[in-house]
Amino acid sequence: MAVERVTATDAALELINRLTKRHGPLMFHQSGGCCDGSAPMCYPEGDFKTGNSDMYMGDIGGAPFYMSKDQFEYWKHTQLIIDVVDGRGGMFSLEGPEGKRFLTRSRVFSEEERTELEQNSTV
Amino acid sequence: MRYDAPNTPESLVHFKNKYDNFIGGEYRPPAQGEYFDNVSPVTGTVFCQIARSTKEDVDAAVAAANKAKEAWGKTSTTERSNILNKMANRMEENLEMLAVAETWENGKAVRETLNADIPLAIDHLRYFAGVIRAQEGTIGQIDDDTVAYHFHEPLGVVGQIIPWNFPILMGIWKIAPALAAGNCIVLKPAEQTPASIYKVLELVEDLLPPGVLNVVSGFGVEAGKPLAQHEGIDKVAFTGETTTGRLIMQYASENIIPVTLELGGKSPNIFFEDVMAEDDSYLDKAIEGFVMFALNQGEVCTCPSRALIQESIYDKFIERAIERVKAINVGHPLDTDTMMGAQASKEQLDKILSYLDIGKQEGAEVLVGGEAAQVDDEDRSQGYYVQPTVFKGHNKMRVFQEEIFGPVLSVTTFKTKEEAMEIANDTLYGLGAGVWSRDMNTAYRFGRAIQAGRVWTNCFHDYPAHAAFGGYKKSGIGRENHKMMLDHYQQTKNLLVSYSEQPKGFF
Repeated sequence: MAVERVTATDAALELINRLTKRHGPLMFHQSGGCCDGSAPMCYPEGDFKTGNSDMYMGDIGGAPFYMSKDQFEYWKHTQLIIDVVDGRGGMFSLEGPEGKRFLTRSRVFSEEERTELEQNSTV
Repeated sequence: MRYDAPNTPESLVHFKNKYDNFIGGEYRPPAQGEYFDNVSPVTGTVFCQIARSTKEDVDAAVAAANKAKEAWGKTSTTERSNILNKMANRMEENLEMLAVAETWENGKAVRETLNADIPLAIDHLRYFAGVIRAQEGTIGQIDDDTVAYHFHEPLGVVGQIIPWNFPILMGIWKIAPALAAGNCIVLKPAEQTPASIYKVLELVEDLLPPGVLNVVSGFGVEAGKPLAQHEGIDKVAFTGETTTGRLIMQYASENIIPVTLELGGKSPNIFFEDVMAEDDSYLDKAIEGFVMFALNQGEVCTCPSRALIQESIYDKFIERAIERVKAINVGHPLDTDTMMGAQASKEQLDKILSYLDIGKQEGAEVLVGGEAAQVDDEDRSQGYYVQPTVFKGHNKMRVFQEEIFGPVLSVTTFKTKEEAMEIANDTLYGLGAGVWSRDMNTAYRFGRAIQAGRVWTNCFHDYPAHAAFGGYKKSGIGRENHKMMLDHYQQTKNLLVSYSEQPKGFF
């Protein structure tokens, strides 16, 4: 099975499913910096305009996940594992009112995984 | 001493059970009638309820602001200046009350709110009360017959989205220049820290005409987003992170309105070998500068979260620095001896812990801390506390590159000035930096070459009014905390006047 750059926990998939039923198709963009930084932001698909500066990381729960290319350069040695915790905030991210926040956990890729990712690089 | 907790009989602070929106000079319940619980991070328990607003409430606030803008925009600068001074005086008379309220709301140590947050907010109001009276337009004589007059005019109605790390101070950083310049405001506090700004509002609400300052509370997606997208506003000011910053620019592009953004950083704090040339009070100051990462529990956009130490002094320097970190007293935020309080929210605590995990996975060495802090007293067992943590590693690690927004410092070493500069600028952000050297040429050259809007030189974490604050690179657009912020809240009107009585002869 191919190495995935981004995955989601069961709790995250369940929340994505619930939000999809309420808001329609979704998308994610990994934020950086300041108060709610480092948080994955969840929006109705198309609400956030991605562009040349972004990189597509994969899908979670059927929703595409993006981050800025320059940020990716610093993060690429880690797998992002999208989880859910109790909390509030998240600026314009859709889950805020649910009393839940998506949270990015991370795992450092093994040497083998890194080699495979480099060989199959789509960046 | 320890201040009594708000809402206990002897406390200086009594929060209401419920806070409504403040629109058009009166408190109005949210259109949908819903409220949300507001939790103190000190104890992890609910202390009041806050209006959970929606687009209808934002519409009402923007309408009230638009109704007020013409009269407010025509008030004299003297009148506006006097109002800002009165606001400052009221806050000063209630400094302790506001400090305790802010500590209860945000979790930060009360010695910081007493000595920094609230005094700086008061001074900021007085600063803009001063500079607005001194501001002048310009006149350009184009030729003997033609004169270009430039007038400052308010933009009209501005939307302001406030972060949770300094709820009152960041509110005043945005409110003061906007009011001074003659704008009306719709302000959205952070949903993590919505109540303390109401304590300020209660003190000053009678000073401002109805509709000039409106506060709409609620969740970002339900209240902040409709404000940022609103066709009835003329500018958005935002402090937060990069993805939302981009979204706010995107929304602003729909209405072709300006934005100012303050989007965080990963500030390098650089210690050259000559700091250890003497064992004196300057060295003591430099060591304190290293420990500044723990100010406000590290929840500062300019947290000096990367320390770069010259290799030749590393062992001796870090030994003293770690001793000082170990001396940080993490305690009850309302205790005046406490140096570091609670993280602002549960999700913030979770995020910081996730970074402690990734730092360890990446192979960074834990020099001190590295875990959630155990709390002995029962009151605070559900609060959000972290040990001040220092990692040793290299600049490509995630803990060196991403803003953790907690009391977590990542330390690395450098051999030469060139290497120090390369590491310092190897980051997406450019908000703050620190340079420590006894050699003025080193300090000056470094300060000029670092790609950051504020370079503290032989100091860190000072925020006086009249020193411009804002970011290079992905840290944002605009300069707060200085009279130049007035430009970000003003339109320029040019009257191009001909005093010639002769036709041009074209037609």
